[in-house]
Amino acid sequence: MTNQILIAGFGGQGVLFAGKYLAYKGLMENKQISWLPSYGPEMRGGTANCSVIISDDSIGSPIVSSPDILIAMNLPSYDKYEGAVVPGGKVFVDSTLIGRKAVREDISTFYIPATQMAADAGIPTLANMIILGKMMKETQAVSFEDLQSAMKKVVSAKRAELLDINIKALETGYNFAD
Amino acid sequence: MAVVFEKPKSLTDAPLHYCPGCTHGIVHRLVAEAIDDLGIEGKTIGVAPVGCAVMAYDYFACDMVEAAHGRAPAVATGLKRSLPENIIFTYQGDGDLASIGMAETVHAATRNENITIIFINNAIYGMTGGQMAPTSLPGQVTQTSPYGRDVATAGFPIKVCELLSALDGPAYIERVAVNNVKHVNQARKAIKKAFQNQIDGKGFSLIEVVSSCPTNWGMTPAKALQWVEEKMIPYYPLGVYRDKSTQKKED
Amino acid sequence: MAEKVLMKGNEAIAEAAIQAGCRHYFGYPITPQTELAAYMAKRMPKIGGVFLQAESEIAAINMVYGVAGTGKRVMTSSSSPGISLKQEGISYIAGADLPALIINVQRGGPGLGGIQPSQSDYFQATKGGGHGDYHLIVLAPASVQEMADLTVKGFDLSEKYRVPAMLLADGTMGQMMEPVELSEVTPEPHDKSWAVTGTMGKRKHNIINSLYLNPEKLEQKNYERYERYAQIEKNECMWEEFLMEDAQFCVVAFGIAARVSKNAVIAARKEGIKVGMIRPITLWPFPEKVLAKAAETCKAFLSVELSMGQMIEDVKLSIDCKRPVRLCNRTGGMIPSPDQVLDSIRQMAKEVE
Repeated sequence: MTNQILIAGFGGQGVLFAGKYLAYKGLMENKQISWLPSYGPEMRGGTANCSVIISDDSIGSPIVSSPDILIAMNLPSYDKYEGAVVPGGKVFVDSTLIGRKAVREDISTFYIPATQMAADAGIPTLANMIILGKMMKETQAVSFEDLQSAMKKVVSAKRAELLDINIKALETGYNFAD
Repeated sequence: MAVVFEKPKSLTDAPLHYCPGCTHGIVHRLVAEAIDDLGIEGKTIGVAPVGCAVMAYDYFACDMVEAAHGRAPAVATGLKRSLPENIIFTYQGDGDLASIGMAETVHAATRNENITIIFINNAIYGMTGGQMAPTSLPGQVTQTSPYGRDVATAGFPIKVCELLSALDGPAYIERVAVNNVKHVNQARKAIKKAFQNQIDGKGFSLIEVVSSCPTNWGMTPAKALQWVEEKMIPYYPLGVYRDKSTQKKED
Repeated sequence: MAEKVLMKGNEAIAEAAIQAGCRHYFGYPITPQTELAAYMAKRMPKIGGVFLQAESEIAAINMVYGVAGTGKRVMTSSSSPGISLKQEGISYIAGADLPALIINVQRGGPGLGGIQPSQSDYFQATKGGGHGDYHLIVLAPASVQEMADLTVKGFDLSEKYRVPAMLLADGTMGQMMEPVELSEVTPEPHDKSWAVTGTMGKRKHNIINSLYLNPEKLEQKNYERYERYAQIEKNECMWEEFLMEDAQFCVVAFGIAARVSKNAVIAARKEGIKVGMIRPITLWPFPEKVLAKAAETCKAFLSVELSMGQMIEDVKLSIDCKRPVRLCNRTGGMIPSPDQVLDSIRQMAKEVE
């Protein structure tokens, strides 16, 4: 099985970080993975996105142009990529920041007020992980077991306090019922 | 029979190709004498420039590297960073050091790279046949300033010692000449000190040697030495421009 | 076995270089390879190595020349415009027969171009780049693991033949993360009696030089170097074949283009088109023989490139123009999609008999 995942939003929303966690999670489940960020000036405030591929087979192109999973964390990203999702694909939108509903009817769309939930939970920078938690629940890209090991790879040891709140954010998203 | 005159050990037996009256020979000898005096030939690596001294690698008996035009301070940086215990010097002309290689010169100086630079300023491009150098004097006639260097269009000569001593980095900067015995003796002392500084870990030491080029200046050797005294030295005053070597470690 | 870690391609190169014994790195910031310099800046001081941010790419490559002259492993990295600046020094390093590794994480050009991935420095890398009669060994990684492995290989080959090597990557390869396994390697010992390390009064002086005013001597030097090049061509050519056993059509692509093409080849196979792929891993030497052999059975070739078509010339030369060679490309920082490659394969299969 192969999942082609695209995570997109503003620079600073933790798009690349969420992708990196996902990639490590896949790696630890002995999957083939690739992670490719957009790079350049957009890293400094514009739109950012990253392609993550998690597969049982070796990965060809690391570029996700037709995702089967899309996480859209702002409206420009949603507008840009909704049309690219393959039929039957799953889309996760941050409904705090994205007012509109899905145009496509051949895909499943999940609305998660991730930014609001993050603020309510006192972890305002972790909307990315909340929405990722929901994605992990609704897809089979990676399992929801042993969240710690992969988190240790992406959170530096010096900032161990971030470990728990990131996992809390994942769980918050996972348990979110829409 | 008593030996009264010997070639320094640090020079090879290769006959120098320089023109009659050229002062490169004197400076080569002064460098070799300094290396001999300090007993460092076995661990010295020289970097030759592009210019008249391009074949200096045949003349110095130590290990040598031939650099691209102007890049000697960068090459020397590589050598020194690889072999910090060795003694690294460059030997460069005015076009090499002050024109095409100015960035490399300034940055090696500002890093206080622990190397020794011997800079020959003869106010002309010798090897290519007498074109205007960054150090050609105002009004000086050369192949590419046939009506005399016009500072309005060609700019002013670059005073390397003054320019580099505006930086905090360099340890030792002195300008000397080799147009008479007294100056040669001063130059000898300065060059030796520039090597001693490196041995002592003091850092970037540059000796500018105001030199002559009778062939491209179109003068007899004697007249050329006189021109150095009358025209060059007034524009390029001799003396010490920076000397951190007497200070203790960097403050 | 070492643990698999996720690393960016740029970082994998840096760590692999360190594992391969490189302790001297000189660079200058340029997108999209800056992570490499940053990694070196962090690591080198901790292991007694040298990281120096040079005043320019020109200075950096000349610092490389200096260290290379002392016989130690040394590396620099840049991206296309910076590599152009380095060409002077690369030519001198080649002319002085020194080993060194140069990394080019390509971006779109010409001129300042862009910062997105490109393969348009193919000519520059494989045909010379600087002035004079010389070649670089050119290695083209197509995964983060290969970024690391070919870095190690680059040092080895470069030392073995005293020929500078270039790793020709692109922005995608530099920026992407994949699992990579790194382990310390012990460099093969090579003769370094030519190095400048100080005579210690025990030998005649060594001279690192590329100047030969006597044309007969320079000619002889160049002939000697080309004898080594012939050895490299004979011994060191690397490539990967994918589904070539029964292929009637052959895609030729390297680096990221090969990754994209792989998807297209698989998709075309599902449609019943008997297509395979040859991926050159060494771009110089170019795997001419394997292409020539493929031309005996394949009806047509498709060169997939992130350029206006540069490698395609070598494909044509390799097969002596015996079969049609088509181009599927994007340029300026754009990457062909698997669908675009698939379309080109379909067209080729339909139109070429």
